[in-house]
Amino acid sequence: MTKEDIIQKLPYTKPFLFVDEIMEIDDDHIKGAYTFLQDEYFYEGHFKNNPVTPGVILTECMAQIGLACFGIYLLKGAWDQGDWSVAMTSNEVNFYKPVFPGEKVTVIGEKVYFRFNKLKCNVAMYNSEEVLVAKGVVAGIAFKK
Amino acid sequence: MTNKELLSKLKTIITPYVQNQVGLENLTEDTDFIKDLEINSANLVDVILDVEDEFDIEIDNEAMEKMLTVKASIEVIEDKLAKK
Repeated sequence: MTKEDIIQKLPYTKPFLFVDEIMEIDDDHIKGAYTFLQDEYFYEGHFKNNPVTPGVILTECMAQIGLACFGIYLLKGAWDQGDWSVAMTSNEVNFYKPVFPGEKVTVIGEKVYFRFNKLKCNVAMYNSEEVLVAKGVVAGIAFKK
Repeated sequence: MTNKELLSKLKTIITPYVQNQVGLENLTEDTDFIKDLEINSANLVDVILDVEDEFDIEIDNEAMEKMLTVKASIEVIEDKLAKK
């Protein structure tokens, strides 16, 4: 499975797809990136006249890379969008820096475990200056619909 | 290990994941993890992983699918312990 194939197989689309590319992937880790557009829909309301990427969206971005992309890879071809779905089951994240419109972020995920279709992953997000933006633990499960 | 000891260890393992405390207080062999204790399927995986660590056994997919009640879990654990 190529890195491009994984993004094609994701169950998300615009305006809720927060993965542009996967740079590295193996059985233990993943590295991916996303550039927030100037006109993402949530900047209109978060905040009034002061657009900042919401923490829940940063968490979502880390989950889409660290759980969904990584999980599809770890399922080794078993994943099929028609039959399968995903759910985030827990997250614990700390935030260190704001992410503004137009910023590129890089997410690194390291597998804690992948058992019985549940993936638990340590995730960290960095901005284009390689400064830590967010860090935490996310977990999710893949299941047949 | 007696059945009582095993049950006690299992109860310690599941406690952090239980949402229904009344179900935990009234724990019996027939207690269903999902229906009676309101453990979600993601935390059920954590229960299995904790069981593996506690008893130093390996739970495969087939055994995992059986482990939905206290009784079934004890049977799986006893079976795996006997094969060690």
